Amino acid sequence: MTPSKQSNFSRRSFLKTSALASGGMLIGFNLFNACKSDAKVPVDISQLNFNDFNAFIKISNEGKVTIFSINPEIGQGVKTSMPMIIAEELDVPWDDVYVQQAPLDTKNFNNQVAGGSQSIRQNWEPLRQTGATAKQMLVNAAAARWGVSPSECTAKQGVITNSKGDKLGYGDVVLEAAAMQVPENVTLKDPKDFTIIGKGTSNVDIDGIITGKPLFGLDYKEEGMLYASVLRPPAFGQVLESFDATAAKAIPGVIDVITIGEKARNFLSKGYVSWTATLSGTDKVVVIAKTTWDAIKGKKAIKAVWKDESPLESTEFHNKTLLDLLDGTSFKTMRSDGDIDKAFAEADEVLERTYESSFLPHNTMEPMNFFANVSADKIHLVGPTQTPEEVAKSVAVLLDRNVDDIYVEMTRMGGGFGRRLYSDFALEAAEISNTIMKPVKMVSTREDDMTTGVYRPATKYRIKASIKNGEISGYQLKEAAVGGNMYGLIPNFFPAAAISNYQVDVANYNSNITTGAWRAPYTNFLANAEQSFFDELAELMGVDRVQLHLDLLEKAKQNLDPKIEYIPERLQGVIKLATEKANWGHAKEGVYQGFSVYYCHNSHVAEVADIVMNNGLPEVKKVTVAVDCGVVVNPLGAKNQVAGGVIDGIGHALYGELTFNNGIPQSNNFDTYQLIRMGQTPQVDIHFVDSDIAPTGLGEPTLPPVGAAVANAIYKATGQRLTKQPYINHIKVEKILS
Amino acid sequence: MPTFNLKINNKAYTVEAEMDTPLLWVLRDHLNLVGTKFGCGIGQCGACTVHVEGNAMRSCLIQVSQSEGMNITTIEGLSEEGDHPVQQAWKEVDVPQCGYCQSGQIMTASAFLNKNSNPSETEIRNAMHGNICRCASYNSIEKAVKVAADKIK
Repeated sequence: MTPSKQSNFSRRSFLKTSALASGGMLIGFNLFNACKSDAKVPVDISQLNFNDFNAFIKISNEGKVTIFSINPEIGQGVKTSMPMIIAEELDVPWDDVYVQQAPLDTKNFNNQVAGGSQSIRQNWEPLRQTGATAKQMLVNAAAARWGVSPSECTAKQGVITNSKGDKLGYGDVVLEAAAMQVPENVTLKDPKDFTIIGKGTSNVDIDGIITGKPLFGLDYKEEGMLYASVLRPPAFGQVLESFDATAAKAIPGVIDVITIGEKARNFLSKGYVSWTATLSGTDKVVVIAKTTWDAIKGKKAIKAVWKDESPLESTEFHNKTLLDLLDGTSFKTMRSDGDIDKAFAEADEVLERTYESSFLPHNTMEPMNFFANVSADKIHLVGPTQTPEEVAKSVAVLLDRNVDDIYVEMTRMGGGFGRRLYSDFALEAAEISNTIMKPVKMVSTREDDMTTGVYRPATKYRIKASIKNGEISGYQLKEAAVGGNMYGLIPNFFPAAAISNYQVDVANYNSNITTGAWRAPYTNFLANAEQSFFDELAELMGVDRVQLHLDLLEKAKQNLDPKIEYIPERLQGVIKLATEKANWGHAKEGVYQGFSVYYCHNSHVAEVADIVMNNGLPEVKKVTVAVDCGVVVNPLGAKNQVAGGVIDGIGHALYGELTFNNGIPQSNNFDTYQLIRMGQTPQVDIHFVDSDIAPTGLGEPTLPPVGAAVANAIYKATGQRLTKQPYINHIKVEKILS
Repeated sequence: MPTFNLKINNKAYTVEAEMDTPLLWVLRDHLNLVGTKFGCGIGQCGACTVHVEGNAMRSCLIQVSQSEGMNITTIEGLSEEGDHPVQQAWKEVDVPQCGYCQSGQIMTASAFLNKNSNPSETEIRNAMHGNICRCASYNSIEKAVKVAADKIK
């Protein structure tokens, strides 16, 4: 990023680019006076008469600024950090800014999605240009009023000043500014002059959260709204045969018992993918009630008979199937450099290890839910979704309605982790409301949520490396996964480019158990496997673990393949920072350190875990993290993301496991599924690489490497190499050396 | 349907509900006090924590019929202005990520600090162990409890 660079969008291309790239950059100066934080914002932004302006910013006559946060907020902090970027370039005091969650609005915004740690990365430049363009128009308006050239004026903290020292507030000139031509070029700030970006800023919803305001999907209510609880097949592979609702209907508060499923079957017959078993096309029994509790009670009273439609699978079967795939030949090669067979044939030594992982449910704290009000002329949908546009489009197809008649509002979300990328819950709510033609909230219980999920697929990796003359001459990664396969870019991650004979092969098994994106999809276990393997490989080679990595990255710099995703210098940077801050190699007596480094979701991360042994079990005391994510927009939010990713990663590597028996998930609530809790939590010591490179995401990248850092530390303490997750099931107490 | 007289946040309410209805759903659906969250329904996660006679309790495990006559406090009634020392500390530390579990965390922490305003690190970790935060904001929660303790002392 060059400081003070001129933004070279002409007005025409500006409009065009904004519409295509990022959700628009133009600024709708609305003409409303009221813009205080308690002001009612019109539900339909198109009514604000922005014409061809986009609707990111509103400035009132008093100079108060409302910034619409267009992306869904799942706890990743974009509702705070994205408006910060606009406010920085607009140059207004942050205290004068009110942030409002925008609803789905495909005419004014594009790509209103939370996923893949992309919100900040993809919107950085457009958000800056939006703020800078607004500022320039305000300056132009003030200059015109004074009869001076805009170049004689400066704008700072919401006030425009001319060379004579005259001052005008943004609010004073907003009406004139709104009528101004959109400038051809705007100047972006030199990062050295940032006053909001880089300054720790509190979550914009903090007051509502700490006082229990209705922010979340489950909190949303409308007059006359009913509650719905959905009975879905208990096992993957089963469908409804018959049911008896007599007892349920006798419960006071239960209004009706209906079935849904026909619309979902039609939806699937149109070629749409079934994300989840709940959308498998089976009929589902729905209890409609006055309150959530009545609905839940009613559902428990339904006597249903299920029949097998496809084979009911168990964990033993998955384990055997995936190991057979690894042993077999049905692979698709994702990348192949040099001659891997020759490298293995000529090797002095070969190391081969198999790493195994379980299915994982997302377990967002707020269970799946959605509000739908389907009426003859319109459809109103409200709730927690990472993909509001997908919800609108899918419901339009599901109910054979015009998408323009569908209005979607996003609530704050009680976690996402990928689960709310899939809209099954919104489609269920819509089908229920369409059947009863009343406003209704579909509410899942924890048991519903955990047992009818879209799980992180159980995956096994086999990694093989050859050593020749003290160098790694070959590296082969084989993947066998239930459902999903390795995403196309990942074969171009490290150690591609660093090792001349290199191959990635993938195979998968199509199960009736639904799988999908789970925080850091594809890499959340791969990084654990790879970084454990390198630890063992370095030991076999008799070289320092960290130095081996630095040397391999040095080699990677010589490889100019444009497909390579990571940046060797940035990985080296985080390695040096993390090992220095963790005092790597100089651990105190009784403290064992493990190292891991990984690139994913466009950010570079190195981690050192410090563990101690406590009553024969490892206790993770501290994790030192170095992150290179470019500019850190909001250090306060960024630290939360980093610490959360690290602790989440440790929790799932140590404890996360969902097994199946005859298609039935064997955990259904937090008494049978272990999530990490405070007493198991290390202190996370966070260090960001100082950078003025455009920012990249933080919601995911710190999670994948940490499992390996912990496993490598446990090896140092116990001499045991852990290759199967959850690690807690496989730690052998008698192996402890200390 | 039976009626029950409840004392919540120093206000009297009469609700009509089935005897076995958990206090959680009375608060959320009958009284529109939605700050108390539904997480698991079996007392494992702590998202629904309220104060009953000053003690942190899981409102999903208390039936409305057991709640009569008790002094119940929810997150909405913890302070008049949202400025209880624990709420202040949560804001200063900027604890929440998604924020969903935080009212339960705050209710557990405030009841705990009421009984022990000078807790050790181990005492804090033990006291907060029953509340799950899926975003894993545990470092920040721990820090905020310490900050709150300093304010209360």
